[in-house]
Amino acid sequence: MFRFIFGRLAVLIPTFIGVSIIAFSFIRLLPGDPVMLMSGERVMSPERHTELMHQLGLDRPMYVQYFDYLTGLLQGDFGSSIVTKRPVLEDFVNLFPATLELSLCAIIVAVALGIPAGVLAAVKRGTWFDQSIMGVALIGYSMPIFWWGLLLIIFFSGYLGWTPVSGRISLMYFFPQVTGFMLIDSLISGQAGAFKSALTYLILPTTVLATIPLAVIARQTRSAMLEVLSEDYVRTARAKGMPPFRVIGIHALRNALIPVITTIGLQVGVLLAGAILTETIFSWPGIGKWMVDSVFKRDYAVVQGGLMLIAAVIMLVNLVVDVLYGLVNPRIRH
Amino acid sequence: MAAVETPKNPPTGLAEFWFYFSRNKGAVIGLVVFVVILFLAVFAGVVAPHDPAIQDRAVLLLPPAFSEGGQASYLLGTDAVGRDILSRLIYGARFSLFIGVIVVTLSVISGVLVGLIAGYFRGRVDTVIMRVMDIILAFPSLLLALVLVAVLGPGLVNAMIAISLVNLPHFVRLTRAAVMTERAKDYVIASKVAGAGTLRLMFLTILPNCLAPLIVQATLAFSAAILDAAALGFLGMGAQPPTPEWGTMLAEAREFIQRAWWVVTFPGLAILITVLAINLMGDGLRDALDPKLKRS
Repeated sequence: MFRFIFGRLAVLIPTFIGVSIIAFSFIRLLPGDPVMLMSGERVMSPERHTELMHQLGLDRPMYVQYFDYLTGLLQGDFGSSIVTKRPVLEDFVNLFPATLELSLCAIIVAVALGIPAGVLAAVKRGTWFDQSIMGVALIGYSMPIFWWGLLLIIFFSGYLGWTPVSGRISLMYFFPQVTGFMLIDSLISGQAGAFKSALTYLILPTTVLATIPLAVIARQTRSAMLEVLSEDYVRTARAKGMPPFRVIGIHALRNALIPVITTIGLQVGVLLAGAILTETIFSWPGIGKWMVDSVFKRDYAVVQGGLMLIAAVIMLVNLVVDVLYGLVNPRIRH
Repeated sequence: MAAVETPKNPPTGLAEFWFYFSRNKGAVIGLVVFVVILFLAVFAGVVAPHDPAIQDRAVLLLPPAFSEGGQASYLLGTDAVGRDILSRLIYGARFSLFIGVIVVTLSVISGVLVGLIAGYFRGRVDTVIMRVMDIILAFPSLLLALVLVAVLGPGLVNAMIAISLVNLPHFVRLTRAAVMTERAKDYVIASKVAGAGTLRLMFLTILPNCLAPLIVQATLAFSAAILDAAALGFLGMGAQPPTPEWGTMLAEAREFIQRAWWVVTFPGLAILITVLAINLMGDGLRDALDPKLKRS
């Protein structure tokens, strides 16, 4: 097992270096140079320009600059914002819990609804129930989620007035960040109504972000389940008179879940990509909106650092999924 | 395209393909819808009731014909500067289908080529190629596309290049896996013994037998490209206004979300219907082309 984990880690190193090269070269591929980007509209004398280039070490050879950048990364220095001057890592740490909370809620909803829906569709294969579940799943899978979010806002926030349009919690409530998770923090604060407020702010973004993973998980569960249901051991279990619920819930489902777990792991990238759109629509203060805003503000130092941090998160999650998968399915380890 | 040449005895590859494809009702519906959209896109100049760019100050934010206050000549209403939404959607179909075709062509050609090289030669070449693909996959696709467009400059062409690049790893991986399975088979070895050269083995012997999963993936990539391009347009990084691209139309409509539901609803509906039709076809293609799923 340790060999397996170690092997996976070894593969991550070249990927990490590659990702850092992309993040490093990104800012240098932009038209103009970082100093000109920083100065923005202001006019700068050539002397001042050269001086700043020297100060920032931008006049040294590329490989020296890259090596410095990599050393900085390993010491936790992801650069500082051109606009706010705050360290990128600090902003990331502050904003990441919001994205994490939203993503976790979305994946919980997707798993809690997707797996039962997929199992039921497989068991009732070919019936109207199966067809309608799979029809809805395909619509979900084809959904432009940025439009879906707008529709939900029009209906639930505009027409019915049930949910707020943007943000994480009503401005009426103020309490210190403990975990960064609004749902938990609002409970800790003990303020009446705070939790409910946080929940109403969370419902629509969660629905939007969960849509595609939910559809993918339902489809994957159904096809994995169909495959397993035609296996001999399921027939044997049925033949010996085991109640259908046990056959499906215990014998079949456990084996069908193996590919589903992989699918769930693969949704991390989908969730983070979805977070970019979802957070933009609902003004959710997470890293997706942060990245989009930084691209528009031309705060390329934040984009560079953010790219690196987000890629690192995805690589780590993939590693954990791989290891978990190895634990569940011993065949993978060899 | 999908037909594998077989002897003249029935059923031919195409007939067999159609047999399995047409058994999936959803796929046939998807095909019909897709053909209609294709027709509208090609003949947009004839079909569209209005010029998509003409702004009529007399009909700003006019509701659709079927709701109160609508006019029959503006079936789906008008936008904030008095342009006919239906006409813009019809012209927009051109952009979406064009984006899909270009992105799929770019990523299939380059992805298949790279995957073929990786799977055929293995060794160091393979390792390097797969590591590079891992690097691309380490970023959320939309974020990478967004940043690439920021570097290249916002616009439709750059959006297409960016989306092709983030789509690439899927084709590389798929081709590589298929090539590796096929390469060890007897017919390939026989062909090699008979004196076939490397290029012949790669492109004529192995590649045609790897096409089935690639065609299915290409359909998925087609719909994903339309979604991604619309998302980039929505974020302001894709096609630029006043281009009647569906995502860009949605971005322009966002501020009217509370007073004019139709400006927001119809462009998104157009995206959904198109993507859904293509995905339905993709499911049918998978049923028809994937021998593992064929049930006699």
